[in-house]
Amino acid sequence: MSADTWRKISIAVAVHVAFVAVWWLAVILADVPEFILPTPWLALQTLGEENYNWVRHFSITAQEIFGGYILAVVVGVTFAVLTTWSRRLDEMLTPLLVTLNMIPKVAMAPLFIVWLRFGIQTNIVITFTICFFPILLNTARGLREVEPELLDLVKSLHGNRWQVFTKIQLPGALPYVFSGMKVATVLAVAGAIVGEFIQSDGGLGWFMLITQEALNTDAMVMALMLVTLIGVLLYGSVILLERIFVVQDARVE
Amino acid sequence: MSEAFISLKDVRKVYRTRTEEFEAIQSITMDVQAGELVSIVGPSGCGKSTLLKILAGLHPHDGGDVRIGSAAEPFDPSRDIGMVFQQPLLLKWRRIRENVLLPAEILGLPKKEARERADDLLQMVGLAGFEQSYPYELSGGMQQRAAIARALVHDPKLILMDEPFGALDALTRERMNIELLRIWQESQKTILFVTHGIQEAVFLGSHVAVMTSGPARLAEHMEIDLPEDRDLAIKTDEKFGEYTRHIYKLLDLD
Repeated sequence: MSADTWRKISIAVAVHVAFVAVWWLAVILADVPEFILPTPWLALQTLGEENYNWVRHFSITAQEIFGGYILAVVVGVTFAVLTTWSRRLDEMLTPLLVTLNMIPKVAMAPLFIVWLRFGIQTNIVITFTICFFPILLNTARGLREVEPELLDLVKSLHGNRWQVFTKIQLPGALPYVFSGMKVATVLAVAGAIVGEFIQSDGGLGWFMLITQEALNTDAMVMALMLVTLIGVLLYGSVILLERIFVVQDARVE
Repeated sequence: MSEAFISLKDVRKVYRTRTEEFEAIQSITMDVQAGELVSIVGPSGCGKSTLLKILAGLHPHDGGDVRIGSAAEPFDPSRDIGMVFQQPLLLKWRRIRENVLLPAEILGLPKKEARERADDLLQMVGLAGFEQSYPYELSGGMQQRAAIARALVHDPKLILMDEPFGALDALTRERMNIELLRIWQESQKTILFVTHGIQEAVFLGSHVAVMTSGPARLAEHMEIDLPEDRDLAIKTDEKFGEYTRHIYKLLDLD
């Protein structure tokens, strides 16, 4: 890695450490009661509490986030390809998808519980519905953004539609797929947690509701940090995949 | 004179929208011999690009006769066209060699030979050593060289160039003109070169076709009687000046 990369990484780490330090200092200096905001150290100590079942809750929430997210990527990209491939399908599906996108996804949750019953699968579906649209819309935009002269080039060689698709459209859309995927990471985390608020018997969102009743703010804060960690892991994996598969110059910020 | 490689007789092209007709080309009659480099010069809207699209088989013409190929030089419309545009239009995600290979892939040419040919062509256009680079690592002029190599990789008989150096700075453009002359002489291709630049047209062309707009038609198709080995000094030559003055006059610019 270049010196510049290391510089950027060290700045990022330093800023995070500073953030925690400010939090810590603020709590001590202002003498904030523990049940309002614990110090980072107090929150961290709750990890030693076996009754809290951290591993179980962490794993449930991670499954919901990653499960719903991956499902959204697969289905979103597939739908984008279908609507781009067939004009008729585009004319039929796109207006419907625009309407469906207007449905507040979280408001679907009570229905999903009726349809899919109580459990982790329902939260996966809630996460999926919330992540699906940005991925679909971005991918479809990328697939359509083809230089007309490039099409001329292929046509002058009597190339077929499949060649245009596999050699130009699909690889050209990849940066847009990642752009949609990056937007969807934030939504995935929110979707899973809200899902847990509405229905669940486990997961970090559920755990926050339970610990709130006992005013165990330190455990709540710890749960929040773990949810954020899952989000960061998801975002990090997307960035990593983008670095592997998308040439620097083609990336969409 | 032998049978022409390209023969255009009274070619006409009309674009129709729902409400009106627009005559993109009123009439062009012109013969091009194999191995010529014909500059097509004229103002915007004179139908230069439309003519290239007709020759590339991308647009049908609405009247007259278009024939490409002769007994001596048969023409296969699916694989004998190479195109270069104003923008290099390289695929950002492909390395330079893979970009050059695109037409060969589309035509399904044998991979090994195509690859060797691509590397030879990159050498010819002065990009040896950049086979593994990505387009963004190259300057605009270098990218356009790669685009020229791409237009040659499937060994087409006809190269159509639509203002290929129009987006380059003046000095790079001069350099590319000299390069193109060399590439043309080495490859022996028939090239149709559309440009706005009158000096460029005369400098490059073995022939110059001057087109006027409103109505869009061929004003004159002249042979440029200058030595084949040209350098930039020829632009100060008296004969060169006569040709450019004559074209200015045809275009009502004098």
